[in-house]
Amino acid sequence: MILIDILSTNTFALFFQWIQKEEQKARINRSLQPEERKKRRKRLRVRERAERRRKKVRRRARKSRKEEERKQQVQRRGLGSSSDDNSEDESMSEGEMARLKEEVEEKKKLIVTLRNKPWRMKRRLKCLKEAQAFVEKFEGALGKGKGRRLYAFKVMMTKKLIKFNRDFENFKTACIPWESRIKEVESHFGSSVASYFIFLRWMYGLNLVLFGFVFGLVVIPEVLMGMPYGSIARKTVPRDEQDSAMDFSVLFEFGGYCKYSIMFYGYYNNQRSIGLLQFRLPLSYLLVGVGIFGYSLMVVIRTMARNANEGGDGAEEGAFTFSWKLFTSWDYLIGNPETADNKFASTTTSFKESIVDEQENLKDENIHLRRFLRVIANILILCCLGGSGYLIYYVVKRSQEFAKKDRNELTWLQKNEVEIVMSLLGLVCPPLFEVISELEEYHPRIALKWQLARIFALFLGNLYTFLFALFDEVNAKLDNEKEIKNETIWALKEYYDNYTLHHNVTENIPPPNISPADVIRGPCWETEVGIEFVKLTVSDIQVTYLTILIGDFLRAVIVRFLNYCWCWDLEAGFPSYGEFDISGNVLGLIFNQGMIWMGAFYAPGLVGINVLRLLSSMYYQCWAVMSCNVPHERVFKASRSNNFYMGLLLLVLFLSLMPVIYSIMTLPPSFDCGPFSGKDQMYDVIMETIEKDLPPFMADIFSYASNPGLIMPAVLLMVLAIYYLNAVSKAYQNSNMDLKRKMQMQRDEEKNRRNNKDSTNQVMKDLEDLLPNKSLIPPPSAEETVVQTFKSPKVTGKPGAAATGKGVNVKKDVSLAAANPRAPVTRPPGPRPPGPLPGNARGPLPGQGMGRGRGGPPPRR
Amino acid sequence: MGNKQTIFTSQQLDAYQDCTYFTRKEILRLFHRYRDLAPQLVPLDYKNQPEVRLPYELIGSMPELKDNPFRQRIAEVFSEDGEGNMTLDDFLDMFSVLSEMAPRDLKAYYAFKIYDFNNDDFICKSDLNLGKTLNKLTRNELTEDEVRMVCEKVIEEVIWTMMDRLSLEDFQHMIMRAPDFLSTFHIRI
Repeated sequence: MILIDILSTNTFALFFQWIQKEEQKARINRSLQPEERKKRRKRLRVRERAERRRKKVRRRARKSRKEEERKQQVQRRGLGSSSDDNSEDESMSEGEMARLKEEVEEKKKLIVTLRNKPWRMKRRLKCLKEAQAFVEKFEGALGKGKGRRLYAFKVMMTKKLIKFNRDFENFKTACIPWESRIKEVESHFGSSVASYFIFLRWMYGLNLVLFGFVFGLVVIPEVLMGMPYGSIARKTVPRDEQDSAMDFSVLFEFGGYCKYSIMFYGYYNNQRSIGLLQFRLPLSYLLVGVGIFGYSLMVVIRTMARNANEGGDGAEEGAFTFSWKLFTSWDYLIGNPETADNKFASTTTSFKESIVDEQENLKDENIHLRRFLRVIANILILCCLGGSGYLIYYVVKRSQEFAKKDRNELTWLQKNEVEIVMSLLGLVCPPLFEVISELEEYHPRIALKWQLARIFALFLGNLYTFLFALFDEVNAKLDNEKEIKNETIWALKEYYDNYTLHHNVTENIPPPNISPADVIRGPCWETEVGIEFVKLTVSDIQVTYLTILIGDFLRAVIVRFLNYCWCWDLEAGFPSYGEFDISGNVLGLIFNQGMIWMGAFYAPGLVGINVLRLLSSMYYQCWAVMSCNVPHERVFKASRSNNFYMGLLLLVLFLSLMPVIYSIMTLPPSFDCGPFSGKDQMYDVIMETIEKDLPPFMADIFSYASNPGLIMPAVLLMVLAIYYLNAVSKAYQNSNMDLKRKMQMQRDEEKNRRNNKDSTNQVMKDLEDLLPNKSLIPPPSAEETVVQTFKSPKVTGKPGAAATGKGVNVKKDVSLAAANPRAPVTRPPGPRPPGPLPGNARGPLPGQGMGRGRGGPPPRR
Repeated sequence: MGNKQTIFTSQQLDAYQDCTYFTRKEILRLFHRYRDLAPQLVPLDYKNQPEVRLPYELIGSMPELKDNPFRQRIAEVFSEDGEGNMTLDDFLDMFSVLSEMAPRDLKAYYAFKIYDFNNDDFICKSDLNLGKTLNKLTRNELTEDEVRMVCEKVIEEVIWTMMDRLSLEDFQHMIMRAPDFLSTFHIRI
């Protein structure tokens, strides 16, 4: 408020100063009159004879006075000073005011949209200055009387607001993490590789929010306000495990102290409210578990919708194939010769492909063979998928058998069989698919989609097999648990009976005095499931990082240094450097996220692990890409596939949502661990809250709402709404098509008209009309261009433009200044000739100027 | 905010921010990039707007442009003298248009100018072949027949009438529908 006060007083002070100045001016004008009269008297005295002359002078003086008055008026009006301090009441008319206001608004708009105008900077700056001066001059003058101060204040505030917004915008862009890092990758590897990193960053943001939820609402309250470690059985390591609880091998498998820590479900107590704040932890646990899904769904769908809006209207595919290829295929982001070479190659190839498609649109002799091959490829892949699914199922079954045995007898291999097999499958199958898909000879973009879909199916199959096996295990555990539960109840009963027998008391029996470490406990299937997921995630991290280290880094090192003493060119020949595997990495990320979503309910700590993983992999992979990968042979554009990733993510989210919701809704929670212990179902927590914490009428409302009689109509209504929206969208589509057709017709008509007139002048006029803004530079006609070229030496000859004048005579493409110091090295300075390379193992002989000699156009069909 | 910079007055910076799509920081960074191209020519004080022009050879050697087959055209279009020699204003202008924030219309307008090699406000066949757009894009990898065919196809796709050249309007109509024009026609700096 103080700030505002100061500002307003400032404006007022300025304003008063200005008004005073105006008054002074007026006073001077007025004071001119007596002076003149005096002079005239003098003249009268000195030259009495000059009567006629005197008359003349008087006339002239009167005239001049009048003129001056008129000028003053004009001036005042021009300045817009409807000065109410002046006794002469010469305020502006309403119309003038409105006009002025309009003009000011126009100028303001001009200032805002100035950057959209295709003008030279000088013109823009000039225009800006004029407009700003205009606005500055007239803005304060608008408004009347009391309103005027308010208006001035408002203007001041809007200015401040604009400045603040600008600063805030600057601040916001400065806050986006890893922007420069991703830009660097993008400029070297094209937008497709960068799209992975942008996706990774997006994922990191999402996980950070999830992390905030889980830690803020579940973990931290339990740590701060819940019972400490060792106070009850579920928070204590059992007696027979205590010796090995701190062993690294045990901890590494998330047993021992890890298992009985806040990382897992079992640690949480079922106390209804904890701490001073009466925090309802079990309720919070359930709501956070479900809220994670809700939030993720919302974010994913919102992002998808935004992406869909951003992409141009995808209609008319194929109408402009060649034009688009010609005018938009060059990625202006490319700033590295290798990528550029590849881009040239891929553009050429795509042109050739299109030409071939165009030429041989109809004749396709080998269609039967290719179809046959494609069918075979698909069968092979189905076999692979089935086999991998079976393998996982088998391994999981085996691990269940192993689990029944004593853990100390098992070898490390037997203990980690599931994770190893799953990681191996993820490692081996994708390249296998790639080899198989060579049979199909699809266009690479389509091939990439197929590849993505197949790997996705593989991962999904593996995941679900794993899940089913896990469910079997859980069911076995549940049976086991029932027994233990009965046993404990029996033991308790025995204890009470004995107690009454010995002490002859029937009431106030103290609970059995057993150390929490010795209590008989159930298997706690939730924690087991959580451990499985955490183990899977951790092993996935290990495999990913090791693959990068060995498959990319080691390979790069070997290729780089063994190349000096090898019989063939390692860099251009067989092993070469690795390419960044976009599809694999993206899918890995997506599936990892699926694991997190599924496991977060059973292991709240998993989200924290994932945040760390994403954070580290951002730096690690950025480094790996920049130091040991080469750009793709074909640089894909990423604008489209981004939503493809999101679609996959949505699918995974849905698929991972199902088992969790299923387990929440149907499986009974363990009786002696976790926040829901002692309840028949997990969602009983909500019932309990409704009954005990909310006022009774709310309970009534809920009971009515959950009545099938109400739910059925609601579902019906939703179905109807979907039907209605669907119909509406179809109608819109139709009208869209109609409009498009109309536009097309209009364009055609326009063309015809233009062609018929056939005079360049008319064409020019039309062109001018159609330009986005009228104030564009008029399209220079032939004469103008001549003038321009004629002028140019003059311009360059200016004293300031010393650059050309000084005779900096450089050959084209030779950099005068030091090359960009930031330019990272993506390829080692190996013996790589700039021209075509002789040893090209990848394709046929490349054409001239293919640079790296790889990525020649593949054989044409 | 850093008040240490003495290159521009704050009015200048504000004006530049109004005229381009850059923030204050980016403008300063761009200035330094510009200056790094020829530290001996560009003064560190732009308050009275010295007339400095960097030759095309320097502009074209920037890593952002070095590998671009159209770098010469870009420089020519954005430079005031039409020969690729750029003042700081031109330089800012160029990267502003090529920045992520610039709207489609503006980008399309300049793309048209870039591909319009002979500056006659139409893209005609001679702009497409004969060592122009197409050959720059493919490094003369295509045979003459193929080049001719592509040119015909392009003209045919965009224009349904007898006139065998592309006007700005046609070009905009075509480019507005291109799925990745916006994502490819920008330079990050």
